[in-house]
Amino acid sequence: MSWWHRLWRREEMEEQLDKEVCFHVDEQIADLIAQGHTPGEARRMARLAIGGPEQLKEECRDARGTRWLEDLWQDFRYALRTLRQRPGFAVVALLTLALGIGATTVMFTVINGVLLKPLAYPHPDRLVSLHEQPANGDEWPFSYLNFRDCQHTSLSIASMAAWKNRGGTVSAPGDAGYVDGREITAGVFSTLGIPLDRGREFLPSEDRPGGPPVAIISYHLWQSRFAGGAGAIGAHVVFSGTAYTVVGITPPGFQFFADADIFTPLGQNTEPTMTDRAMHPGINVIGRLRPEVTLAQAQAEMSLIARQLAAQYPKADAGRGISVKPLRREIVGDVRSTLWLLLGAVTMVLLIACVNVASLLLARAASRERELAMRVALGAGRGRLVRQCLTEGAVLAVCGGALGVALAALGVRPFLTFWPGGLPRSGEVELDWRVLLFALGVALVSGLLFGLAPALRAPVRELESVLRAGARTVTGSSRRLHSGFVMAEIALAVVLLIAAGMLGRTLLRLSSLDPGFNPHNVLVARVALSSDTLSSPEHVRVAWQDIIDRLHHTPGVDSAALADIIPMGGDTEEIAYWTTPTAPPPNQAPMALLNLVTPDYQRVMRIRLLGGRFFTDQDRIGREPVVAIDDALAKRAFPGHQALGSRLWLQFFGPMRIVGIVGHVRHFGLGADDTAGLREQIYVPFAMMPDEFMRLTAASMSLTVRTTVPPLSMLEAVRQQVRGQAPDQAIHEVRTMDQVVSGTLDPQRFLLLLFGIFAGLALLLACIGIYGVLAYLTSQRVPEIGVRMALGATAGNVLWMVLRQSLVMIAAGAAVGLGGAFAAGRLLTHLVSGMRPTELSTFTVVTAVLVAAALFASYLPARRASRVDPVGALRQE
Amino acid sequence: MAAKSDLPQGTLDLLILKVVALGPVHGYAIAQRLQQVSRDVVQVPQGSLYPALHRLEYRSLLAADWKETGTGREAKFYRLTRKGREALESETASWQRLAEAVGLILGLSEGGAQ
Repeated sequence: MSWWHRLWRREEMEEQLDKEVCFHVDEQIADLIAQGHTPGEARRMARLAIGGPEQLKEECRDARGTRWLEDLWQDFRYALRTLRQRPGFAVVALLTLALGIGATTVMFTVINGVLLKPLAYPHPDRLVSLHEQPANGDEWPFSYLNFRDCQHTSLSIASMAAWKNRGGTVSAPGDAGYVDGREITAGVFSTLGIPLDRGREFLPSEDRPGGPPVAIISYHLWQSRFAGGAGAIGAHVVFSGTAYTVVGITPPGFQFFADADIFTPLGQNTEPTMTDRAMHPGINVIGRLRPEVTLAQAQAEMSLIARQLAAQYPKADAGRGISVKPLRREIVGDVRSTLWLLLGAVTMVLLIACVNVASLLLARAASRERELAMRVALGAGRGRLVRQCLTEGAVLAVCGGALGVALAALGVRPFLTFWPGGLPRSGEVELDWRVLLFALGVALVSGLLFGLAPALRAPVRELESVLRAGARTVTGSSRRLHSGFVMAEIALAVVLLIAAGMLGRTLLRLSSLDPGFNPHNVLVARVALSSDTLSSPEHVRVAWQDIIDRLHHTPGVDSAALADIIPMGGDTEEIAYWTTPTAPPPNQAPMALLNLVTPDYQRVMRIRLLGGRFFTDQDRIGREPVVAIDDALAKRAFPGHQALGSRLWLQFFGPMRIVGIVGHVRHFGLGADDTAGLREQIYVPFAMMPDEFMRLTAASMSLTVRTTVPPLSMLEAVRQQVRGQAPDQAIHEVRTMDQVVSGTLDPQRFLLLLFGIFAGLALLLACIGIYGVLAYLTSQRVPEIGVRMALGATAGNVLWMVLRQSLVMIAAGAAVGLGGAFAAGRLLTHLVSGMRPTELSTFTVVTAVLVAAALFASYLPARRASRVDPVGALRQE
Repeated sequence: MAAKSDLPQGTLDLLILKVVALGPVHGYAIAQRLQQVSRDVVQVPQGSLYPALHRLEYRSLLAADWKETGTGREAKFYRLTRKGREALESETASWQRLAEAVGLILGLSEGGAQ
């Protein structure tokens, strides 16, 4: 008979035990009668011989060895019964726990999916990403030629592949529409270890200039444009004006640094930036390590290769290193710290929830003290009582945990959609066994936390006094424990409240900062030029000019301009500059942000003109090369003398005349710009771009339009004007500058929202906790208060007595919490951009709010205490 | 109430195993047989017989079936499992060794060794 058998067939076992004992007694009686005893005597003797039948059975039960399980089962049912008896208590405790555990589980689910789970590729730990590294330790995308050299030279990296963003218009089959795409080298899929759904990946012979136009399309594009037909392989897809032959289809759901629908060979790209080793046209590199090679070995080899390249091509590669890091870190990016921070915050809420439930349980345990003492008197061991209390805690915790997991299952998706800018790997976030295990663990640990307090207070000594005193006195240790709870809750709430307060102040301060331009009524969009224009640089220039001219004559448009880079839009372009005719050694010139713009850009963005002029239509190739710089660069490059009219040498462009000084634009966002390593800005007229770069601009330029009416209402008009005569000329990524600017504060806003919710919950729970504890403590003191009042204490005295008691707890908790908040503040300063070290006023305001709320929570029980009727109270005694 | 067994620790289990080894038998019969065979020297306190039986059953040294007795009543008949038989053999051997050793010590003549 197995142990579960014994457990589940308990009743049968009991019945058999009873039968066995009865049989024994009956047989013995029969024998005794046969030996000549009277039936009555025989029965008495048999009974004597066997002892008490109940004791005997109890000993037999003990002998079975499954006693602990039976006890557990009994405790479990007892716990359920006591919970059912007090449904109010059960609901409050369960909801509190469900909230705490649910929120913690949501955070863990996200962390599990994003940070902990291995990437969904075979042997994901062998995958790395590579960057070029300038002397300042930044990470730059590769230059194409450097990538090719690394790919051929490296021994430690078995296969290396590169890719680059390339969006464009797909015009056939189906209607013209913009799609996201990538240019990739041969071997991207084999490096990742992902087989294509159909077809093959690019051959090395296709990944070179002049190779046949072939493309790999996404499963999604295959479904939407080819209706999933088998004939898609070998069919043509027209992308950016070129007819590509489809050779492969990616598996459904394939994500390669976000969604992409079309892949073309990188080697066929003939833009001039591809053949210039000093250019870094956004080429990302991944690799798969050889099985026995460690990351450190690969890093060592790549550093060596970087030194060789620098020696061979000092002009482009001097001082450049190459960094190798796990691909997962590249994909996950910088959300790691935010996620752990949120888990930390949510754990505090859970702790408060636990403390609350513990104090509820303790209050109940104290009123059950007599029951427990009675059970000890009847022979229950201390271990047995502790076990029972812990079982009650565990039952509560597991039920709360189950509710919490249900909440988390509902809450994870909405949470992800709130994540600013989209969370990497969000598709892989799901409730799996790890999450369930985590939730169970959290539930059990919390159950232990709040079950332990009442368990340890289970009475063992001085039973008699407990039994006699009844439930009306509060022992010192119980009061100390309760005050401890209140202090812990206040301390945790203070930390969360101050963190939320700091975030709120930061957000307010950042929102009030001047971005350096006027974002209202500005529409920005990317433009995919018609494929017909791409044949010659002159056509591209004309196409751009046409778009601007058409927009100028559109009602509702104030001004329109093109820009290479949209401030706060996430892209940057850097260029080396110097101020004397002699160029500094390679890669040692200072860098500044570059923006290529048309003359009206300053008018569209309302950037302040501090001196000189902005560009005109006359600033074009063949005229004197001119630039405008911002005041930050003027101060840095020309300290103490006149920048206006001076000459500035730019890499690729040569000497330029500074004709205008404009105000600084917070390019990296309201929060991050002050601390950005590179802030100085240079504007160059778009018309001064050499011809060989013209084709490149067809994909990279953005349109900016200042409107006189709400900008989004102009969307259709702008779309039509841009299309003009070319049906495949379209705009995409349409945003208003207001959205862009406010988007830069999304991380802070998101954190504030969450911390606000957590802090609010913490405050609410702490107040409920304080109320509960004080209500309990004062209700236990009713007779004492009665005596005090009978002896002449006024209602005011009593009120003050109770409030004083809570003030001491609140003050102690707040003091501890302030220390914690100071540490949390330092952490936040590191993690959130634009965060200032803790301000005193935040501390003061938040503490005041908390103390007020806590006092309010304690006022209600205090008032009730002050209205005690002394006669009634004394009669109770 | 009967005092606790005067049997040395662990002997009761051994005796029960031995009696059961002779064939399936119920609890009352075990008590009777022990008493008869030992010529009333061993009084099995019934308060310890049944817990011992249940313990041995839990340790899988004994197995039990419900069968009818000669008088037509259902009773729980214990029988020896293979594990029980092995335990009986090794326990018997070690008991005999112990008994011999005790006998040797008690047989020592006063006045010391030769």
